[in-house]
Amino acid sequence: MLRATSIGISVGARSLCRGLDLEVAAGELWAVLGCNGSGKSTLLQVLAGVQPPAAGRIEFEARDIDRYPRRELARSLGLLLQSEPQEYWGTLADYVCLGRFPHTQGAFGGDAAGGDVVTRSLADFDLTALAAQPFATLSGGERQRARLAQLWAQDTRLLLLDEPQQHLDLRHQQQTMTLIRAATRAGRAAVVVLHDPAYAAHCDRVLMLHSDGTHRQGSAAEMLQRERLEALYGCRLTLCGDGTGAHVVPVI
Amino acid sequence: MSRVRLLILLLIVAAASLLGALLVGSVSLTVAQVVDALLLPTPGVAHDIVWQLRLPRALAAFVCGGLLAMSGVLLQVLLRNPLADPYVLGISGGAALGALGAMLFGATLVATNFAAFAGALVAMAAVFALSFRSGDWNPHRLLLTGVVLSSGCAALLSLILAVAPQAQLKGMLFWLMGDLSDAGSSGFAWLLLAVLSAAFIGLAGNLDAMTLGNLKARVLGVALKPVQAALYFGAAAATVAAVLLGGSIGFVGMMAPHALRLLGVHEHRVLLPAAVLCGGVFVTLADILARTLWAPQQLPVGVLTALIGVPVMLFLLSRRA
Repeated sequence: MLRATSIGISVGARSLCRGLDLEVAAGELWAVLGCNGSGKSTLLQVLAGVQPPAAGRIEFEARDIDRYPRRELARSLGLLLQSEPQEYWGTLADYVCLGRFPHTQGAFGGDAAGGDVVTRSLADFDLTALAAQPFATLSGGERQRARLAQLWAQDTRLLLLDEPQQHLDLRHQQQTMTLIRAATRAGRAAVVVLHDPAYAAHCDRVLMLHSDGTHRQGSAAEMLQRERLEALYGCRLTLCGDGTGAHVVPVI
Repeated sequence: MSRVRLLILLLIVAAASLLGALLVGSVSLTVAQVVDALLLPTPGVAHDIVWQLRLPRALAAFVCGGLLAMSGVLLQVLLRNPLADPYVLGISGGAALGALGAMLFGATLVATNFAAFAGALVAMAAVFALSFRSGDWNPHRLLLTGVVLSSGCAALLSLILAVAPQAQLKGMLFWLMGDLSDAGSSGFAWLLLAVLSAAFIGLAGNLDAMTLGNLKARVLGVALKPVQAALYFGAAAATVAAVLLGGSIGFVGMMAPHALRLLGVHEHRVLLPAAVLCGGVFVTLADILARTLWAPQQLPVGVLTALIGVPVMLFLLSRRA
């Protein structure tokens, strides 16, 4: 679905990542792990085509990503940004409806499926009861769920999510991960920037971005070894549990 | 209040304000006289007052307010800044510089207007050239460029006022404060207002998405650069047309959209036409007061818009809190 060929990423004069090849297939769930400032967010923006790569090329469904009209691309590819402006004047439902923008036609919005999709997205993220609330009155976690619901309303085949679980309580973290997993089981694809290896264990593939610009990728089981994670984050970890429930926690 | 009802209510208020502008003045006319004058071709004093004096001026006032409010909405989206108004980009500063410069050399009204137009075009081109970069159009750089150029224009305007002969000072001050007594035919301004309204109501979905930030807007499928350029030139054209008709009438462009947002209107397909109507009504009413409060002396309408607008805006702001 998405193929990146030997891309390089830089922010300003900082070169972050070089020679990265990535192929995301339908049904796959990818986790991106890395330290702060290793280029995870920039990578997602480059993959979404809103920022050009420093080198290499990106194809979405066998066509160069910068050859798509923005609106056509937005019907197939959605990106949850790490941070967005906080001020919005309308209600939560209005906010989620903005996700339908690429599907509307004309000023007065012919968008037959829109209402149902928005209703379902609100329900998926437990927001139905808050739908009529002004967006400005929502808490940080509720806003994060609103942003996720907006992305779900956009109804795209490829989901790029930058820290989808930030600000969320434990239950909604779990629920969000479940929804992402369900979306990929239904044939979509997702690339998710995560900070918790426990959630990365539920992904199919893991991409690690090291601070020195190198990177590694592989299956979740092979990548989420204690030694690999210690090398990635540069801190000591200890293994808890065993079998599929095994996960690492930092040594304090 | 539903959006349709709000728009219908505003249309009725707009018609009432225009009718009010025809009724009130140094000679009071009755509704029957005004309706007769408007509908029947019978010559007479009432007919002349309505057709020669009051109607052109009321139409000029309304279209000025509508254009300024439109410009305010567009710039608040483009600059992502609630303080944006039609004057932050230095366009009106350029127009004022042209106009006052021409007045200083004793130019005629036509030449003054032409100089104002030229000044506005130069300022518009300068701000665009200095702030537009091929990569992305950063709202902060655009805003700062406009503010810096405006300050430069303000300094030059003070210089002109300082060296201008006494006899020309009053005309210059009225121009700067906004004044409709010399407003000419507003046909072109109405045409522009209609075209801009239709165009940007058509783009309303894009403007809604842009309230989420430029990056998110692109992710949602907004072709950012063409829309930004349309916003800039649309706002600039509206400002130039309004400034040429009525000088720098303040406060409308910033206030009309905010007043509506505080009343709960935020979707641009409603906000745009509602702001245009609000701005038009506001300047029309302010101009009625400007003509009558101190009659036969006329006040600059810009003073009235600020004097009425400040308490209204403060009331709406405190009500929200």
